[in-house]
Amino acid sequence: MSHIIVHIVLILGLPPLLLGVIGKTKALFAGRVGPPLFQAYYDLAKLFRKGSVFSTTTTWVFRAGPIVGLVTALLAGMLVPLGNHSAPVSFSGDLILFAYLFALGRFFTASAALDTGSAFEGMGAAREVTFSCLAEPALFFGFLVLAKLSGSLSLTGMLDGPFPKGWGVAGASLVLVAASLFIVLLVENSRIPFDDPNTHLELTMIHEVMVLDHSGPSLGMILYGASVKLFVMGALLMRIVAPFESGNAWVDWGLFVAGMLALAMVIGVVESVMARFRLVFVPTFLVAACLLSAFGIVLLLR
Amino acid sequence: MSEWLIFLGIGCHAVSGVPGLFRRRDSDAGQKFAVVLGLIGSALGIVGAVGSLWQPPVANSVIKIDAISVIFLLPIFLIPALGGVYGLTYWKQAEHIHNGQKLRLFYGLVTAALAGVTIAANSILFLVAWEIMALSAFFLITTEDEDRMVSEAGWLYLVTTHTATLCLFALFALLRNVTGSFTLVALPDGLGAGLATAIFLLAVIGFGLKAGLMPLHVWLPGAHAMAPSHVSALMSGVLIKIGIYGLVRICSLLPHPPLWWGGLLLVAGTISGVLGVVFAIGQHDLKRLLAYHSVENIGIITMGLGLAMVGRSLHRADCVALGLAGALLHVWNHGLFKSVLFFSAGAVIHATHTCEIDRLGGLAKAMPRTALCFAIGAVAICGLPPLNGFVSELLIYLGLFRSIGIGHETGWAGSAFAPPALALIGALAVACFVKVFGGVFLGVARSEHARHVREADANMTGPMLVLVGCCLLIGLAPLLVAPLFEQGVYAWSPDLATGAVSLVMLAPLRWVSVAGLALIVLIVVAGVLLGLRLRHCGTASSGTWDCGYAAPTARMQYTSSSFAQMLVGCFVWVLRPRVHAPGEQPLFSRATQFRSHVPDIVLDGALRPSFRFGAKITSSFRFLQAGNIHAYLFYIVVFLILLLLWR
Amino acid sequence: MNPLLDLILVAVLLLNFVALGASQLRTVIHAVALQGVLLGATIVVAHSTVTVWVIVMAGAVIALKGVVIPRMLFHAIREVVIRREVDPIIGCIASLLLGGVGTALAVLFSKTLPIAHEHIGSLVVPAALSTVLTGFLILTTRVKAISQVVGYLVLENGIFIFGLLLVEAMPFLVEIGVLLDLFVAIFVMGIIIYQISQEFSTVSTRKLSALKE
Repeated sequence: MSHIIVHIVLILGLPPLLLGVIGKTKALFAGRVGPPLFQAYYDLAKLFRKGSVFSTTTTWVFRAGPIVGLVTALLAGMLVPLGNHSAPVSFSGDLILFAYLFALGRFFTASAALDTGSAFEGMGAAREVTFSCLAEPALFFGFLVLAKLSGSLSLTGMLDGPFPKGWGVAGASLVLVAASLFIVLLVENSRIPFDDPNTHLELTMIHEVMVLDHSGPSLGMILYGASVKLFVMGALLMRIVAPFESGNAWVDWGLFVAGMLALAMVIGVVESVMARFRLVFVPTFLVAACLLSAFGIVLLLR
Repeated sequence: MSEWLIFLGIGCHAVSGVPGLFRRRDSDAGQKFAVVLGLIGSALGIVGAVGSLWQPPVANSVIKIDAISVIFLLPIFLIPALGGVYGLTYWKQAEHIHNGQKLRLFYGLVTAALAGVTIAANSILFLVAWEIMALSAFFLITTEDEDRMVSEAGWLYLVTTHTATLCLFALFALLRNVTGSFTLVALPDGLGAGLATAIFLLAVIGFGLKAGLMPLHVWLPGAHAMAPSHVSALMSGVLIKIGIYGLVRICSLLPHPPLWWGGLLLVAGTISGVLGVVFAIGQHDLKRLLAYHSVENIGIITMGLGLAMVGRSLHRADCVALGLAGALLHVWNHGLFKSVLFFSAGAVIHATHTCEIDRLGGLAKAMPRTALCFAIGAVAICGLPPLNGFVSELLIYLGLFRSIGIGHETGWAGSAFAPPALALIGALAVACFVKVFGGVFLGVARSEHARHVREADANMTGPMLVLVGCCLLIGLAPLLVAPLFEQGVYAWSPDLATGAVSLVMLAPLRWVSVAGLALIVLIVVAGVLLGLRLRHCGTASSGTWDCGYAAPTARMQYTSSSFAQMLVGCFVWVLRPRVHAPGEQPLFSRATQFRSHVPDIVLDGALRPSFRFGAKITSSFRFLQAGNIHAYLFYIVVFLILLLLWR
Repeated sequence: MNPLLDLILVAVLLLNFVALGASQLRTVIHAVALQGVLLGATIVVAHSTVTVWVIVMAGAVIALKGVVIPRMLFHAIREVVIRREVDPIIGCIASLLLGGVGTALAVLFSKTLPIAHEHIGSLVVPAALSTVLTGFLILTTRVKAISQVVGYLVLENGIFIFGLLLVEAMPFLVEIGVLLDLFVAIFVMGIIIYQISQEFSTVSTRKLSALKE
């Protein structure tokens, strides 16, 4: 029971810290001091205290977008195992629910963007759904590899206890899947080199331009939901890359948190050393990610 | 007993359009009578069909009503009756005095014939009902036959449906040859592999033409787009499923399917699913787009059926159960949400008189109920939780994962491509329906027509709400319908012992309910919290910010075509869009225009050119047609002499 | 079944995808050069006993495939002033997908081939087939003559991997023959590229269709 509470607390509390770590890493690389580690928390607190401006063209869809986006990400967080601890909710087939929850969130955030009638937001929504189309098969090829290795169809079962054995049996497949999932993680969470939330030009953005018109608590929900999504997908990847276990349940929690912070630093490093790809090349990289994980399952099944 | 209720229901539908023929053309009485008769017929039929589950299955040499028949009968009775109610406003007799009576006559006939096909145990009865259905559908498609586009779509349909019938004649002749009777019974075990394959392939082509499986789908987009919307709903929701019914039936009769049959169905389903949704993304016409989604969903259903066949070849009861139950449940689900979508598309067309997505927009304000129904239908067709599409896709996913040999020794690596393909289909469907929903209902109106609209009346929104309710019910409580589909699995696969499979054990149906409810509750809670927060902090309204641009107009919005442009670009190698771009312009350019459309790859890319080529070849024989009766008689004489000499 | 060999071959296969999907000519050439270096390494790995001869052979392969030929190609790019993009007939995504399908087919097909017992289950045959297919794909779908040379190189790499099946039976014979063949071919191609660019002042093979009757 206590582990379920820790799980929920981590899912609710830790995600914004990842944004802080990424920001700090990037600042270090640029030789700046950078915003404090807890900046994302301050931003959220501020946003939830602000009033909102709603465009006169919008309908209920615009208000539903952030809500659905946040709720789906949180529910997906209930399905994913954190480190060596199994998820609070786990059943055969939950990996499909996991993927489709994010799709539901995407449907509503993209619709909310179209609800404003703005060309910029339409553009962002179009890019978001397009890139997700290509990321989804990559994710499922990865799931196939994990499920085949473990013989289980639940996220917890796929990534559970005996998992480190997988590295001995099919190391090449797992490397491919991890690489592919890392690309998917970067794309789905709009990180450099696929998307840059901090450019000054809205024309080149993906996710940020989609949520231009949201303000106040709605915007807070979007920021928070995005960080939860990053956290959840990151937890999935971390479990594959670093399936460590210490034997002590509480040390495992510590290991997991350390792993997530390390992942955030890796993302920060990637963002610091790479330039953004041209938008037209993003589909090519996503197809390559699909091929990587598809190749992983081919290697496993041959 | 209950079979008589079904017969009575079929009879009611069959004659529902007849009394209206004797009424004056401008009076609505005949239409109301037909709708009431249809509702009564459907009520009787549904009661009879459900009741037949509690009695031993009716099976004689003419009629057979088992669980599979019941599964197909229920949407056949439900959707056309609701469509009739919808037609009270959508196709009011007083507004369509020239074709209203004809429409209702064939509407009733097609419903009755569809139900007839599903209960036929005899190939003669099957074919008769099939032809009545096919011909009535032709007259339904050509309701407005004075329009050249409509009659063209109708002729194309007629040609393809008769090609299908031709295949079915050959199929049933072969079956008669093997079994020695016209009754449809399981084929003997010692059947030759070549003969069995011929029967299987004829079934795939004949029934695939009806269902609209991808390379055989040529008639479908035009026919769905040109028919009145409630007819489109009937065709997409029910009529094309009769092809699936036939395929399911014939597959259950064939003994010991080899692995490649299932593989073929899986590949065909995948192609149909992916290309169907890709072509949908390229469309500008609301109904044509929905029609291509029918191709996609038929693909998903075929994938499920293919999985069940693979399961039979591998002797894996779990794959058979998950595949077939998923396919049959998707038959229901697609019927439900596609009818919602066609009904709401019809409401939009009724209000705005255009089905061009790029001329619509902002309708959610004026038509809130229609918009809500469309949104729910769209979420359902994308297979997203907490609605019914998710349940059937989940079953198929689970079966596909298991068929590779996950958690089991025997497996077939060949189906590993299918789960990611299904994921691709789902993600593309999300993209497509965001495009449609956003383009039609959200943002600002793009044309004068779309600016002045009124909400559809209760006749039109009522049926939509009923169907939306069904979608929610199946999505939130799949356990309610699971037993029926288990019965279907047993009826389909005779070698499975009763009790051998349990969908509840195989699929997390309870968890689906829990997750769906949690999703809804959490969204409501978060919505209330946000509302309270906003009330506390205050809200203001203003124009869309648009990066500081002060005077945005409706024409600056992202159109649905531009929304789809990147995806069309990704699939340009199969879509081959025709772009009519303006040429080079002088320094001060004149008014110019840009058009693009996506032609159908099979129809416009392959069939039309090859027929044109054939016409060119054969036109060189034109000289024989002299117009002189003596010459023709002379040809006959020459031909006769040749025949005599040959023997 | 040699795990290290399989790991190298996986990398070789991935480089195929890089060569198919990259949009810059330089990246493609780098990928093929790296592939050549890896192939040199496979010679050492595939031999059960490493002799001086084996090391020399591997060094020669690495020097030729990894250094000399890529340098020649870069030199050609500079000399003939070729634009840097790849300029494919079908898009990058489509060629990537075709490459993926080709790899899957290669894996399927390799099961049906009658191969010596010790090679069953190893990646040699699928990798060879897939690399050959990739080479053909590049040859048939790229416009620039220099890409054609690259495609030829990849094709040749595939044949080289096939040669790994024979290292025990006929050491060096295959390698030497293949290297010689390759060298002559590059030589001829270099002359052809030079001629094309002299004649048409471009290196696009599309112009060659003007030569037809």
